[in-house]
Amino acid sequence: MTEQMGKLRWRCRRGMKELDLLTLGYLERHYPAATPDEQRAFADLLELQDPVLMGYMVGRETPAEATAARVVKAMRTLLSSSDDA
Amino acid sequence: MSNAYKLIHHNYDVVVVGAGGAGLRATFGMAQKGLKTACLTKVFPTRSHTVAAQGGMSAALANMGQDLWQWHMYDTVKGSDWLGDQDAIEYMCREAVPAVIELEHYGVPFSRTEEGKIYQRPFGGMTTNYGEGIAQRTCAAADRTGHAILHTLYQQALKHSAEFFIEYFALDLIMDDSGACRGVVAWDLSDGSLHVFRAHQTVLATGGYGRAYFSATSAHTCTGDGNGMVLRAGLPLQDMEFTQFHPTGIYGSGCLMTEGCRGEGGYLTNSNGERFMERYAPNAKDLASRDVVSRSMTIEIREGRGVGEHKDHIYLHLEHLGANVINERLPGIAETAQIFAGVDVTKEPAPVLPTVHYNMGGIPTNYHGEVVILKDGNPDTIIPGLMAIGEAACVSVHGANRLGSNSLLDIVVFGRAAAIRCAELIKPGSAHGPLPQASVDKVVERFDGLRHAKGENPTASLRMRMQRTMQNHAAVFRTGESMAEGIKLLEEVYAGFDHVGVSDRGMVWNSDLVETLELDNLLGCAMVSIKSAINRPESRGAHAREDYPDRDDDGWMKHTLAWLEPKGEVKIDYRPVHTYTLTDEVEYIPPKKRTY
Repeated sequence: MTEQMGKLRWRCRRGMKELDLLTLGYLERHYPAATPDEQRAFADLLELQDPVLMGYMVGRETPAEATAARVVKAMRTLLSSSDDA
Repeated sequence: MSNAYKLIHHNYDVVVVGAGGAGLRATFGMAQKGLKTACLTKVFPTRSHTVAAQGGMSAALANMGQDLWQWHMYDTVKGSDWLGDQDAIEYMCREAVPAVIELEHYGVPFSRTEEGKIYQRPFGGMTTNYGEGIAQRTCAAADRTGHAILHTLYQQALKHSAEFFIEYFALDLIMDDSGACRGVVAWDLSDGSLHVFRAHQTVLATGGYGRAYFSATSAHTCTGDGNGMVLRAGLPLQDMEFTQFHPTGIYGSGCLMTEGCRGEGGYLTNSNGERFMERYAPNAKDLASRDVVSRSMTIEIREGRGVGEHKDHIYLHLEHLGANVINERLPGIAETAQIFAGVDVTKEPAPVLPTVHYNMGGIPTNYHGEVVILKDGNPDTIIPGLMAIGEAACVSVHGANRLGSNSLLDIVVFGRAAAIRCAELIKPGSAHGPLPQASVDKVVERFDGLRHAKGENPTASLRMRMQRTMQNHAAVFRTGESMAEGIKLLEEVYAGFDHVGVSDRGMVWNSDLVETLELDNLLGCAMVSIKSAINRPESRGAHAREDYPDRDDDGWMKHTLAWLEPKGEVKIDYRPVHTYTLTDEVEYIPPKKRTY
């Protein structure tokens, strides 16, 4: 694993289990095939506070920036298929 | 071995490991008292698991009707099934009132009543007048109580010039020949450097070990790191057989539906649509203590009255409350249920199941936060230089079962108590004794060994085997037979760790190695937990033995101490439960049958 991937994987460590599942899910399933813009947007999303990120995940708010919104949408679709406990 | 790694040395009065609510409250308090304080944390402070605490913090403020800290104490003792130490429980319940007011002054935005007082909601097991009525005792900052507390305490700690070492993973304690703790060795995940932190007191605030189970509400970060360090230092953990299952984890994902749901009037039903808690707990019903509700749900499912295609879960109803109450009092909940259960709780029930949530056991301490062990017949022998607080610790205020909203209280009260104690014990800036180099070498050697581990067992597969074993063999109900099978399986996993394989040899952002170090910590916790459980032939609080269904106060009203030996053997001894209070303002509460 590259240092960059190791760093992202560690930053997917959140305070809430819900966000662990969604961020790590995106990193493993979508990130490798994502565009460079999307990869940057994902890394930026990981810098947010957990309640803000949770607000995006549950659809209470949507990121203003289009690429980030696309990444959030992909993360939210992980939910229906997520059975990892 | 240390020669191969360049070690960076730091001297502090106090080093706190962990930046959840307990660690931050302690760090802030130490710095405020003029102690040179470092806080090491493997994740950013506001990403600690405290952020997930939705429900609130209990304190007998009496804002919503009559209340007394003595009633809160009675509820906590009863909730603990008389395994809690009553001096520590008195301390916590008395200090709850000033602790909440203090947090309010520091800036935590608690929800308000129309008159502007702190709003308080009912919570499981919280009663008035010694079990007669339902208390409204739990203070919340909407659904963000945990985050608000973390954020506020972090700002206060920075304001008082505490120093933070963020994304540092603590490896092991530095112990000298006399048995005192002299500090901790940590690994900077971002640049790969190793650091020796010397301190007059090392405070472990590393949280629980929910990840030892397959299905837990815990974040991935809850890996019992401090507990693992204590075991490797040759010290015991206390009451590790007591694991709390939260009644309302979402079926499938294990994500949490807060107890506030039932506090605000939510209730459970079985496949007959029956509100079955009325049978098990005629008075408190759905607001009985968590262990009672989790057992009742498990019995309903077992007797064929579960809901869903496989009749393997239970419904939680909120729809009768109406969208307004749900959105106002439980704002995150509708969304969580929508996303993680695909359910609109304003229209239909949510599928739930008892899910591992909290560890009552941990590092034994007194109510000052000082680590105590049984040594030469003295059960209160202090380990100089070492403290523990929060879920990592076992004070013991929760005994065999914790009440909801007593956890945020615990971390704030005992984080503060540790700071007060350190200010009494330490003269700021005093000189450190000689560094026990042999202890440091041993820590680095273990780290180097795991970094270069070439075995055939991947970390993830060992972790999965451990989690499945604990899930199946140390569940809501246990039997000696099932646990004996579990121990056999866990011993295989434990032996398998000698042949673990780490793929990445790097020092920078090596998540494979971090997860392996965490697995080592989890395995130690799991082993002492299941072996402490098979050793206790009674049912008390969260430890429910089908082969020993009754509580045995004559034989077992005592704390288990468990030491982990190198090959995974566990040595067991005991400490007495404190059957006395702290002051004469409250009398000892003698054991009686526990009904809700």
